[in-house]
Amino acid sequence: MLHIVNKSPFKYRNLDTCVRVSEKEDPIILIEDGVYAALKGSSIEGLMKKTLEDHPVFAIRADLKARGIDEVLDGIEVCDYSCFVDMVEKHIPYSWL
Amino acid sequence: MFVNRKAPHGSIYAYEGLEVILIFGAYDQEISAAFLDDAVLSLKKGQDTSEIGTKEFSATFRVLEAYGVENRYVERESLEQRGLTEEDLVMDVEVVDGATLRKYMGEQDVLLPF
Repeated sequence: MLHIVNKSPFKYRNLDTCVRVSEKEDPIILIEDGVYAALKGSSIEGLMKKTLEDHPVFAIRADLKARGIDEVLDGIEVCDYSCFVDMVEKHIPYSWL
Repeated sequence: MFVNRKAPHGSIYAYEGLEVILIFGAYDQEISAAFLDDAVLSLKKGQDTSEIGTKEFSATFRVLEAYGVENRYVERESLEQRGLTEEDLVMDVEVVDGATLRKYMGEQDVLLPF
């Protein structure tokens, strides 16, 4: 299953729940305000590092750029919409709205 | 005082809040603006929304001073939670702790949440 997270991790518990309910190796993609989870040095860096041990994590380049995030946490793969579409084709997508 | 708490691009609140601050500023009101929680992300340098097709308004915060909005506060803990420092912000602000912000909020005639 592909987990899609589009909410700020500072305001919502969506990312926490997503990680808790996911299976090991399930890919997680951060889009829209979800990309704030990729910020370095934030209070959720610990959660993200733990998440990265069990999951491939992706973040949409255009959403990072819009929010002025030039640097992402090590291990998060920055990807374009085409890679998002490829992942949706390969997995059952679920949006944690 | 305008109390801003929302992230800039996920909803229209942050942009609408800024518009209202500018309108009040044009009427020579004595106003102040506070930024806490995800609203501090609105002030982050380097935002470029050309690829998501929305308006990029972070640069507009820089005109607040010219509009007479002298009191611009950012809550320290909100910045720290997001790994940001004062140097990451597009405009000069007074970084204050929560207790100080609460004190300033208590001194206002009206509090407007955005």
